[in-house]
Amino acid sequence: MVSALYGAFESGLIYAIMALGVYLSFRVLDFPDLTVDGSFVTGGAVTAIMIINGGDPFLATITGAIVGFLAGCVTGLLHTMGNINPLLSGILMMTALYSVNLRIMGQPNIPLLNQSTIFTEVRAWWQNLRMDEWLMKPFSALGIEGFAPRTFLVIISMILIVVMIKLITDWLLKTEAGLALRATGDNPRMVKSLSANTKMYIVFGLGISNGLVALSGALIAQFNGFSDVNLGIGMIIVGLASVIIGESLFGKKSIARATLAVILGAIVYRMIIALALRLDFVDASDMKLITAIIVILALVSPAWINKFKENRKRYSNRRKLMQHEKGAN
Amino acid sequence: MLELKQISKVFYEGTPDERKALNGVDLTLKDGDFVTVIGSNGAGKSTLLNIIAGVLFPDFGSVSVNNKEVTFVPEYKRSKLIGRVFQDPMAGTAPNMTIEENLALALGRSNKRSLFRGVNAKRREEFQELLASIDIGLEDRLNTKVGLLSGGERQALSLLMATFTKPSILLLDEHTAALDPARAELITNITKDLVKKHQLTTLMVTHQMDQAINLGNRLFMMDSGQIIFEAQDKEKEKLTVDGLIEEFQKIRGKQFASDRTVLTS
Ligand SMILES: Nc1ncnc2c1ncn2[C@@H]1O[C@H](COP(=O)(O)OP(=O)(O)OP(=O)(O)O)[C@@H](O)[C@H]1O
Ligand SMILES: [Mg+2]
Repeated sequence: MVSALYGAFESGLIYAIMALGVYLSFRVLDFPDLTVDGSFVTGGAVTAIMIINGGDPFLATITGAIVGFLAGCVTGLLHTMGNINPLLSGILMMTALYSVNLRIMGQPNIPLLNQSTIFTEVRAWWQNLRMDEWLMKPFSALGIEGFAPRTFLVIISMILIVVMIKLITDWLLKTEAGLALRATGDNPRMVKSLSANTKMYIVFGLGISNGLVALSGALIAQFNGFSDVNLGIGMIIVGLASVIIGESLFGKKSIARATLAVILGAIVYRMIIALALRLDFVDASDMKLITAIIVILALVSPAWINKFKENRKRYSNRRKLMQHEKGAN
Repeated sequence: MLELKQISKVFYEGTPDERKALNGVDLTLKDGDFVTVIGSNGAGKSTLLNIIAGVLFPDFGSVSVNNKEVTFVPEYKRSKLIGRVFQDPMAGTAPNMTIEENLALALGRSNKRSLFRGVNAKRREEFQELLASIDIGLEDRLNTKVGLLSGGERQALSLLMATFTKPSILLLDEHTAALDPARAELITNITKDLVKKHQLTTLMVTHQMDQAINLGNRLFMMDSGQIIFEAQDKEKEKLTVDGLIEEFQKIRGKQFASDRTVLTS
């Protein structure tokens, strides 16, 4: 149980990078980009093929992200230059990428066991620092070793990476160019009248978004120890679930708040899935159904809750009025 | 300086729905000219402004700004030189961004957008001063999202955003039409002040004939895609609403068909 939750926390941190990408396209650019299903795998595929050919895992990871960036740019070009509607541009790209990913990998699945990944690279250095011993101490002191993870390596290194990406994203969205990017999603007509090339911002914005998605895919492949061409199916819904859960639980008042919420949302999502999978009647293959239900609930429930609150208010007002009238009689 | 030569624009050409929106419009605005444009619905006023701004391209004719031809330059490039305020208060601002972020966006118009912070301490101070100059209390609300402002406040902000980078041309398309009379007057006054302060070359479309007469140094009357009457300086000062309507009937031989104009005159 505990180790399942730590696993969920670790992978949640990695998927958080993907969720940030989805946040950029869906929320900031207001562009429902389905490229994600393809570009997530692209990141893993490029990284895996480079690693098994003896490439440096760091370089492989970054290359994966760059290829994802390019895929996102193509989606942007389909929409801006080809005048194809956003949903369709994404679907076309997602479909095309499925074949491209197979071509890149040369086979549907590449195992990365016994390969050097960024996690094995960092592990050597991590063990030298004897960080785990230090971090384990509070657990031993409290006599709850059973509640500690086997290693803090993934958690600590991913927190560092995710926080760094979050800060860069926050900063980027506050720059002059970032303001124009946000306004492109908020009011495109106005941005054009303020001399910003909305087409360019859409192309670059989708590039960055899918770059993050592919980076997440590259890390997940190394974390899982394999890259699989089917791993991306439904990824966009996972990303959306993270964004929506995050926003509704943790708020979206400012950019910094929203990006934090999205990261936490991704972690919460993984936790929910991990807990659901522990139920007897739930099968691993039910995950996509559960995800879809989570998204539907998250989308529908705010309206329900509002209506419920309103009804209650109306009811109590009416009761007050009736009591008031009785008193007057 | 703005120069239009022989501008024509037809919508749905060759179909039964064909509409000649503009029909050989010539006009020249000298630096500092403030022109008000009146005309009945469908006269082509908005189309004219859209062609100047580069939202639409003409079928025939040329547009030059500051002696440079820009007829087919896309809107986003041209808007370095051209400020606009739309009729719809929602149109000119980004609702999910704050007042200061909107102003920073407008500032990005005149120079290339960088990867430096859009809003820094120095700019914030400038923005505060700028907002204080229009005196409607926005200077204390720099961090408010623009979506929370009233239509009038938004329109005032749009005006500020369109003008404070001192564009070569300012285009206003019925920018007070969606507001209640008191707000409309406020925005009109702010317009007057800003145009004067920055010496802006301005083209303002309005349906209020008294406003068209009182503001600016020139007046155009449009009908069926043409400028059918214009008055300048002394001549314009002598205009009255009744005189204008009479003029229209004399030229066109038909009733000035706009209930709005009659109502507001
Ligand atoms: N994008 C468009 N597509 C088709 N027809 C158009 C388009 N824009 C304008 N028109 C037509 O061109 C003519 C001129 O319209 P325009 O909007 O310029 O008039 P206007 O003078 O601004 O009128 P109003 O006072 O109602 O705003 C109208 O007949 C209109 O139907
Ligand atoms: Mg119009």
